[in-house]
Amino acid sequence: MNAQAALSPYSSSAGKTERRETHVLSVLVDNEPGVLARVVGLFSGRGYNIESLTVAEVAHLQGLSRITVVTSGAPETIEQISHQLERIVPIHTVTDLSLADAFVQRELAMIKVRGKGESRTEALRLAEAFRARVIDATTESFIFELTGAPKKIDDFVELMRPIGLVEVSRTGIAAITRGPLEM
Amino acid sequence: MSKIMTGAEMVVQALTDQGVTHLFGYPGGAVLPIYDALFHQTKVKHVLVRHEQGAAHAAEGYARSTGKVGAVLVTSGPGATNAITGLTDALMDSIPLVCITGQVPTHLIGSDAFQECDTVGLTRHCTKHNYLVRSIEDLPRILHEAFYIARSGRPGPVVIDVPKDVQFASGTYAPPKNIQHKTYQPQVKGDLAKIKQAVAMMAKAKKPILYTGGGVINAGPAASALLRELVQQTNFPITSTLMGLGAYPGSGPNWLGMLGMHGSYEANNAMHDCDLMICVGARFDDRITGRLDAFSPGSKKIHIDIDPSSINKTVAVDLAIIGDCGHVLEDIVRLWRTEAHQPDKKAMAAWWAQINKWRARNSFGYKKSDTTIKPQLAVERLYALTKDRDTYITTEVGQHQMWAAQHYKFEEPNRWMTSGGLGTMGYGLPAAIGTQLAHPDSLVIDIAGEASILMNIQELSTAKQFLAPVKIFILNNEYMGMVRQWQELLHGGRYSSSYSEALPDFVKLAEAYGMKGIRCSDPAQLDAAIQEMIDHPGAVIFDCLVDKAENCLPMIPSGKAHNDMILPDTGEDIGSVIDDKGKMLV
Ligand SMILES: Cc1ncc(C[n+]2csc(CCOP(=O)(O)OP(=O)(O)O)c2C)c(N)n1
Ligand SMILES: [Mg+2]
Repeated sequence: MNAQAALSPYSSSAGKTERRETHVLSVLVDNEPGVLARVVGLFSGRGYNIESLTVAEVAHLQGLSRITVVTSGAPETIEQISHQLERIVPIHTVTDLSLADAFVQRELAMIKVRGKGESRTEALRLAEAFRARVIDATTESFIFELTGAPKKIDDFVELMRPIGLVEVSRTGIAAITRGPLEM
Repeated sequence: MSKIMTGAEMVVQALTDQGVTHLFGYPGGAVLPIYDALFHQTKVKHVLVRHEQGAAHAAEGYARSTGKVGAVLVTSGPGATNAITGLTDALMDSIPLVCITGQVPTHLIGSDAFQECDTVGLTRHCTKHNYLVRSIEDLPRILHEAFYIARSGRPGPVVIDVPKDVQFASGTYAPPKNIQHKTYQPQVKGDLAKIKQAVAMMAKAKKPILYTGGGVINAGPAASALLRELVQQTNFPITSTLMGLGAYPGSGPNWLGMLGMHGSYEANNAMHDCDLMICVGARFDDRITGRLDAFSPGSKKIHIDIDPSSINKTVAVDLAIIGDCGHVLEDIVRLWRTEAHQPDKKAMAAWWAQINKWRARNSFGYKKSDTTIKPQLAVERLYALTKDRDTYITTEVGQHQMWAAQHYKFEEPNRWMTSGGLGTMGYGLPAAIGTQLAHPDSLVIDIAGEASILMNIQELSTAKQFLAPVKIFILNNEYMGMVRQWQELLHGGRYSSSYSEALPDFVKLAEAYGMKGIRCSDPAQLDAAIQEMIDHPGAVIFDCLVDKAENCLPMIPSGKAHNDMILPDTGEDIGSVIDDKGKMLV
């Protein structure tokens, strides 16, 4: 939302907090055509943020997919996002993992680094420390595969930048609650 | 009772099985098989509109006045895009519609075929749900599911896009069963513990107010009856949104009039000063709340709504009850009675004394005139002469709409059809036709503006063809009055493109369609002229020439609070009341 709208007497509700939080929403959907467009369209249509979004089928027989969205906003806005998502007909459940007791999140990244000589060994040394795997190598480049929380990937990418970072491809996060119960 | 039939036959059979009596539509290449199936039967009457927007609004009028689902049939491409305004209107006002659109054959989808458009893509944002039917096996289920989704929960429009090859294909049709949808399960019963809490809050309140909305109308006539009982038992004052008019009678003793931007002084002040607000089936829309950080600052708020996303959307509430207004009101009324609550008599007397002081400002008042018809007078006289009849009112959008809401008193639900959320000029005439066809013996009046009526004027042909004796009562001020008023308010009275230039002669226009035309400009002749309109058995266009400069007051200017209204007796110079921030708003 632009600054003007934020100043509007119609949207600056009394009692709304200034606080911005980042939440991970786990959305279980019927795997039917258009369902992703409905979810993404909701975010763009109502001016909500998407920081990361992943989607894949998770139960083939039942035809279920899981969409994991990372979004940010005031807590009231995030509550509103969950309710708006619940209105979409082919959505089964919306779980705000950030409100759950504990959850784990992982992201996979492929990081291409170019370099020779000293910087090459430096890259390999750091990769080992981060437990990144080499999945492609030439005499002047590596591609590392790294899985972890987004922060860990950010850190690794920053370390690679001065060494010879070429480019990065990331999946966005998948997340799940800890413990024996379903989300 | 399964039967083999074509997709087109399934569509018509499903409409029949769902109790559809009138289907509003317009043919084209991609729906010809369905039109052919309609040709062979008599149960579903097809009403040929003259523009697909008209079909959607007519179905809205039909739906809102009957409580049933309105049905629409249009062709692919331009047929579908023309219907979009009506679908959006229905979404904003929670009106149940099922709109069937034709689509190019499956194998051509995505090829930019003639009259192809991405109907599900285009309508995703203006429907409650939509479907592209990919195979004949899915069609019967989707047809019945669409009706279920349209009418249950918070009602809304549903689009079914049916490719032409699916219309020709054969398959097995099954009639509707009790639908249990695997993901869509609206909650209708309210949480009893929360309802108990609400009743306890009501019993303690010293300055309570009921603020009701279209949700009560959507919950059916029983909900309105329960609301009346609750008001009667508690003696609480009650106001409602534009969409909620008629749930509580406009002549009832506890009625404060509509609230919001053009609502009454007493309703808005009571909302501002109350200590307990009970919102039933309304959504704290910006036309209602005015300035949010000054909205009813001292009150506890209870919100009853079937849509969880309405809760805390713009206004944070203290107690939220998710459920159908009818079910929740039933529990509240029962608990109030069995727990033998009594309102705090002393506090209520003081509260009513305060409200009566606000009432005495007579905020819907206006300067009378012997020479020109004041638009408010026109609505007042229309009300006086039609109130004892079986009357339904629709409107267009503008000042006339607000004057209708202020001065016409609705005694029953489902009698008032207006475009609230979207504010669609051109809604009133098609909606009147849809209403009239559902209630052939009733008096149906479209209170119109001279600008709005031209937006769907082609529907006069529909009225003529289907013998709908609608009365079009135009408050002709020769301006897009509401635009003119805002230009006076915000832009120094520079009336940029808001004069209704080059108007047709509305009397001759009526005559061109074989209808009756009446013109009146003299307050002394107004009653007789209205009576003539009522007595005429066919359709009438009434060109009521009213004061051209009248502003619609009272008004909460944009960016102001409920207790900061422009009143009619102080509203002479409205050009200086809105500050720069307020000017940004709509
Ligand atoms: C389709 C559409 N276009 C534009 C508007 C903006 N608008 C709101 S009221 C109005 C003027 C309506 O004029 P008229 O029908 O003569 O009614 P009056 O206000 O004069 O009673 C306009 C242009 C609208 N509401 N709908
Ligand atoms: Mg006008």
